[in-house]
Amino acid sequence: MVNQLSWKVGGQQGEGIESTGEIFSIALNRLGYYLYGYRHFSSRIKGGHTNNKIRVSTTPVRTIADDLDILVAFDQETIDLNCGELHENGIIIADAKFKPVKPDHVQADFYVVPFTEIASELGTSLMKNMVAVGASCAVINVEVAAFTGVVEEIFGRKGEAVVQKNMEAIQQGYDYMLSQLGDKVSPLQLDEADGRQRMFMIGNDAIALGALTGGVRLMAAYPITPASEIMEYLIEKLPKVGGTVIQTEDEIAAATMAIGANYGGIRSFTASAGPGLSLMMEAIGLSGMTETPLVVVDTQRGGPSTGLPTKQEQSDLMAMIYGTHGEIPKIVLAPSTVEEAFYDTIEAFNLAEEYQCPVILLSDLQLSLGKQTVEPLDFSQVEIRRGKLVQEELPEREDKSYFKRYEVTEDGISPRVIPGMKNGVHHVTGVEHDETGKPSESPANRQAQMDKRMRKLDRLQLNMPVYTNAKHEEADLLLVGFGSTRGAIEEAVERLEKDGVKVNHAHVRLVHPFPAEELLPLVESAKNIAIVENNATGQLANIVKMNVGHAHKIKSLLKYDGNPFQPHHIHEGSKELFELYYSLPSGKESL
Amino acid sequence: MVTFKDFRNDVKPNWCPGCGDFSVQAAIQRAVANLDLTPEQLAVISGIGCSGRISGYIRSYGLHSIHGRSLPIAQGVKMANKDLTVIASGGDGDGFAIGMGHTVHAMRRNMDITYIIMDNQIYGLTKGQTSPRSAQGFVTKSTPKGAIEGSVSPMELAITSGASFVAQSFSTDLKDLTAIIEAGIQHKGFSVINVFSPCVTYNKVNTYDWFKENLTKLSTIEDYDPTNREQAMNTLMQHNGLVTGIVYQDKDRPSYQDLIHGYAEEPLASQDLQFNEDTFNELVKEFM
Repeated sequence: MVNQLSWKVGGQQGEGIESTGEIFSIALNRLGYYLYGYRHFSSRIKGGHTNNKIRVSTTPVRTIADDLDILVAFDQETIDLNCGELHENGIIIADAKFKPVKPDHVQADFYVVPFTEIASELGTSLMKNMVAVGASCAVINVEVAAFTGVVEEIFGRKGEAVVQKNMEAIQQGYDYMLSQLGDKVSPLQLDEADGRQRMFMIGNDAIALGALTGGVRLMAAYPITPASEIMEYLIEKLPKVGGTVIQTEDEIAAATMAIGANYGGIRSFTASAGPGLSLMMEAIGLSGMTETPLVVVDTQRGGPSTGLPTKQEQSDLMAMIYGTHGEIPKIVLAPSTVEEAFYDTIEAFNLAEEYQCPVILLSDLQLSLGKQTVEPLDFSQVEIRRGKLVQEELPEREDKSYFKRYEVTEDGISPRVIPGMKNGVHHVTGVEHDETGKPSESPANRQAQMDKRMRKLDRLQLNMPVYTNAKHEEADLLLVGFGSTRGAIEEAVERLEKDGVKVNHAHVRLVHPFPAEELLPLVESAKNIAIVENNATGQLANIVKMNVGHAHKIKSLLKYDGNPFQPHHIHEGSKELFELYYSLPSGKESL
Repeated sequence: MVTFKDFRNDVKPNWCPGCGDFSVQAAIQRAVANLDLTPEQLAVISGIGCSGRISGYIRSYGLHSIHGRSLPIAQGVKMANKDLTVIASGGDGDGFAIGMGHTVHAMRRNMDITYIIMDNQIYGLTKGQTSPRSAQGFVTKSTPKGAIEGSVSPMELAITSGASFVAQSFSTDLKDLTAIIEAGIQHKGFSVINVFSPCVTYNKVNTYDWFKENLTKLSTIEDYDPTNREQAMNTLMQHNGLVTGIVYQDKDRPSYQDLIHGYAEEPLASQDLQFNEDTFNELVKEFM
């Protein structure tokens, strides 16, 4: 019996690999298991290897596993490419159709099941995926009945007969596999789960749900990987509140339309990835200069240029903090879990209205597309704060003068009125302007308005700007990350602690303005600091050094090959980085 | 009683004396007053260039944005508050060079806003370079041997791109221009109004006199029917685009907002943003 295992299904893109993983994981999620699913896919629709790796556990999991227990293969390429991940007790279940060959060096058990043949006999080879799901269930000891609900939901509209056939396919796959196992008791039988019902969603789902709950009425967006799920969800749901999604002609239109809508008095936003964000930079500057709220989601992917569109990277950090010409106040939030993605999206809209500036919600491909079991989202935490938006009637202005939209105030934030309000007429411009929005080149006014804008964030308060797990007053090692690396770092921390290394972990949630005060004590009390990030130049490390100092003890643990960190990369990598093994009784062998 | 004077503010335009844009400003102020709008019911969204300054010279809500992006911003404003009258405006560089992508898509989208282009066939604010509206051979600082590229045809472009109100006018003809702007605002869909607005400083070819000589009023063409798309295109081609009046109008085509599934009856900007907890719980269940 095991309390967690890792399962992967692979084949050619367009063969239904994704739906195989989907059905398998939804059923297990409903049994109360915690899941984490991550897809390997390419920038093409048909053909090319694809796989879906799903981790199943009786306790929360937030990242992909280091190794693999079960590999379900629909072609030889899947075996050849992925068998290296299998540990020695793992198994391969392959479709008989492609006459699978087990590579010589692989120790895993090897089973050949006629997925396609069984499916064809039942009516259509399309159901080979169901046969594979059934075979997997025999190995992990999950009842076929667990799939009844999911299969009905997916195939119900095609009629009862189709539902029955698919259930039969699962059953026959299960039976066939059981007969193959014979007397051998599978070592991969899963412990029973708690049966609790939890959400199973990708980060983009949480961002979209957060936006909807947070009062959005218009999303303007241009399709791009890995952000499109956000607009696809919202076009279905925004009509519930009278709103909609507009697919614009480009990302420049998306960002500027969102600015127009925010100026017009609603909550509007856009979501994109690196190439789109590059196009939006001028608009972000307009939002900053005109003090118009704007939320932009950046689901980072491999850059630069078109880069690695379907792969993980965290290399937009500097661009998001410093992007746009000139100087503006800007907030950059980086959620690190799906739950945080939900709450932080709502918070992004509140901050954008309170501080009247652009807010970047910085996600990354692993967080946006990694599908995981989520702890219940707390509706009571949802609040709408609109800052200094003037809601009451304004006094009559006899002299026809303009409302002071850019009034110089102590906190730098001025009352905001929206078009349509009586007695609130004023001008808004990206040109430097006076308190009423009229263009002005006067040096004194320039300085006053610049100071006003830049001091707005002086008092920015965010609940938990840095997530910390700091058990040690003095740590051998401080691991710092942002975004989706959190799960892998957490698991690495556990392993390092077992090795006898005292590790603290800090995850930066408010990336800008940088929470130096919160991070400094942890940096000061650590002997070594490893900054973990998916980019080649150590962008977060540079930001930490700039804001917190202590550069001499900060090193970078980087990964920019397109794949996320697995726990072992951080576990082993940080020990190598600081030669921590010299201090361990077991010596280097402990690696 | 609202008059055009209510749409005046105390800002002195930085346009050159004699610039065509003065008349465009006056025509907009007269048109909105004639339609009994109040300054708070109007939002003028402009781009960058001499003409882009116009939002600052009209006493109403106004947003002077970035080069070429007045249209997506104006559409966002209209989405937020469909009760507002939204005018987007800018020059020929703003709309047909840097903002061309948005121009075509705004025409195709057909949102109920009015787009006024102040077309002077040159870049004025940057002191005299060629524009996508400059004729081939036009000599400017950036085309000292004459422009090699051909010129964009705004009216044909608007009709073929799906704009449902397409008109052209001349800035000296204040009465005609005012009437066209009124008609454009009243039209339920995307209204394109291209206004020949001569640049007295940098364009020595397309002058007031030149336009007077070359423009044909559509009202002088017998049996001209602006609902006839084919006739509109033929007439434009016969006159090399140099006509004034309402060139084409499709009153039957629903505007973008009429077609949005589930779009709220009341302006979105007046909604309470608090989300319903029961709806939230239903949405949560969909992920289980």
